[in-house]
Amino acid sequence: MSIEIRGVSKAFGAQPVLRDVSLSLLNGELTALLGPSGCGKTTLLRILAGLEFPDAGEVVHEGESINGRSARERNVGLVFQHYALFRHLTVGDNVAFALRVRRRPRREVEERVRELLALVQLEGLARRYPHQLSGGQRQRVALARALATQPRVLLLDEPFGALDARVRQELRRWLRRLHDDLHVTSVFVTHDQEEAFEVADRVVLMNAGRIEQVGTPARVFEEPASPFVMRFLGAVNVFRGRVDAGRAFVGDLEFSAPATAERSPAHVFVRPHELEISLSPTPGSFVARVERVVTLGSAVRVELAAPPYGERIEAEIDERRSRTLALAPGTQVHLSPRRVRVFAGRQAEEDSLTASHL
Amino acid sequence: MTVSLAPTAVARSAGERQEDVPPEATAASPTGPSPAASPPGSAARFRLATEDPPWVRRLLVSVALLFLAAFLLVPAAAVVWEAFRGGIHLWWKAVTEPDALAAIRLTLLVAAISVPLNTLFGVAAAWSITRFRFRGKNLLLSLVDLPFGVSPVIAGMLVILLFGSRGVLGPWVLAHDVRIAFAVPGIVLATVFVTFPFVARELVPFMQAQGTEEEEAALVLGASGWQILTRVTLPNVRWSLLYGVILCNARAMGEFGAVSVVSGHVRGLTNTVPLHVEILYDEYAFRASFAVASLLFLLAVVTLVAKQVTEWKVRAESETWGGR
Repeated sequence: MSIEIRGVSKAFGAQPVLRDVSLSLLNGELTALLGPSGCGKTTLLRILAGLEFPDAGEVVHEGESINGRSARERNVGLVFQHYALFRHLTVGDNVAFALRVRRRPRREVEERVRELLALVQLEGLARRYPHQLSGGQRQRVALARALATQPRVLLLDEPFGALDARVRQELRRWLRRLHDDLHVTSVFVTHDQEEAFEVADRVVLMNAGRIEQVGTPARVFEEPASPFVMRFLGAVNVFRGRVDAGRAFVGDLEFSAPATAERSPAHVFVRPHELEISLSPTPGSFVARVERVVTLGSAVRVELAAPPYGERIEAEIDERRSRTLALAPGTQVHLSPRRVRVFAGRQAEEDSLTASHL
Repeated sequence: MTVSLAPTAVARSAGERQEDVPPEATAASPTGPSPAASPPGSAARFRLATEDPPWVRRLLVSVALLFLAAFLLVPAAAVVWEAFRGGIHLWWKAVTEPDALAAIRLTLLVAAISVPLNTLFGVAAAWSITRFRFRGKNLLLSLVDLPFGVSPVIAGMLVILLFGSRGVLGPWVLAHDVRIAFAVPGIVLATVFVTFPFVARELVPFMQAQGTEEEEAALVLGASGWQILTRVTLPNVRWSLLYGVILCNARAMGEFGAVSVVSGHVRGLTNTVPLHVEILYDEYAFRASFAVASLLFLLAVVTLVAKQVTEWKVRAESETWGGR
């Protein structure tokens, strides 16, 4: 176990930003802190870097608390969203900065800079100034600079946030490959689910200063632990209902809902792609009317109204299926959920409110 | 408002009659409003929306130029003309006469002490204002501006109130055989007071705009406070800093009011260049007075050029990094 965060809380003035957060970062793993803006993910990263200090709780490294250590002594690598390269220094001098302030011998510095620039594929640009580089190149310089001292953990704060979509995608894949080569323990902050899923080994979902769920991308997507996670990770239909004795009820529909409390109101969530459309009724289906059909490329999004279940229901089917069904506004169809997730209690309501502010 | 709405109305009514004519062409028809108020045709489309009609522009520009000429250029030319009217030889004699040389030496000395002091203070103030969160930050920012708000005479009076023979600290200082009021230290103190906002005022907005990310990056990379200051912060603000120093220096050398109160006007001892100019003038030594004044004018020109150059540098740097 490399780094552990134990019961960390932090407030800015009266505004709590982190509430009793605990998390272990495993050696050599790439962890994504994922959540909406204002959820505290950047603050948590800055606490790890030593740029903010927790009001309560501690950061432990190899069994030893590093709360009292300043950012200077922690030997972490930090990559900023806006690069934060030293504008008056060349690329080479930027990368060499950490080694020079440590007064390493000149030979060693030069060699290491060459090595790092080769690693980020920027050989030959050592004499350039940051403003002469593209955004993607600048971010790679920032990464090389952060890796210069072989930090025990690499922290990336929305590293691709300032780049345009195409460069972002390339850089994402490149970062993943780089991590596979170096195996440096890394944490990266993002509000982009796709980015987190593509790059990270493990995803930490955060909301309103708390950790909602930790797990592999596949696991948090398939088995969301809370309504917030359900809503944050892609589009979802919400039906109001109730649970009773391990069953969930929405109107005339009935689903199995193990592990729910006795008799309480509940929300039933269905992802658009897990909603089956057919022209004739099937067991457990309900009637809906097609309002709009939107082509998204290989998939088709169908917007439906099905009172009293919901006025705006979304289903996603593949393009071939849509052609077979010949859907058009006004068509009457039958919807059957292939898979549902049930969250009981009032909590569901509050969380979905938070999520709707995204 | 009515003017800007008119062409659309015209275009519509004209368009009803002759449908094959494009809207721009119909707007240009003679039935449109007067060309000055809303110039039609292609030229109009390239004019900025916020731009005034040409005659307003011309009027304003000429008013500004006339004002500049009447109040700045003509007097400045008069100074130079008056200074060199007796020939370069007389000018040289006037500025190398012992009292004039003493005044120049004193002015340089005062600037050499107060400019570095205020540079140091300005960097410290700008650093604390932009880098720390603390109570009274806005108060500090306003206090920095205080010398801009009060008459320089008051700066001189303050020194006398504090260090004059009847001042608060005066007797104690005199008992230790130190002269401050009516001596060089007093002149330096008054000058420091008057010139201290320049560097801080210049640095604060620039450092605020830059943010703290680069310094945070340096800290995480293991730099000490001193290393951050010398390797990151100062190189980044260097042109801004130089700009502030230039303005500070110009004021330090040219200050009259504050210095006049504390100087005591002892020739060859406590006279600065501006005071020397006044004394010569009072003694009807007009030509010598203008000759020495032309030195101050030269200082102004040098300042202006240096200021312009650093301004370009500052702008070039904020442009390259504006978008980051």
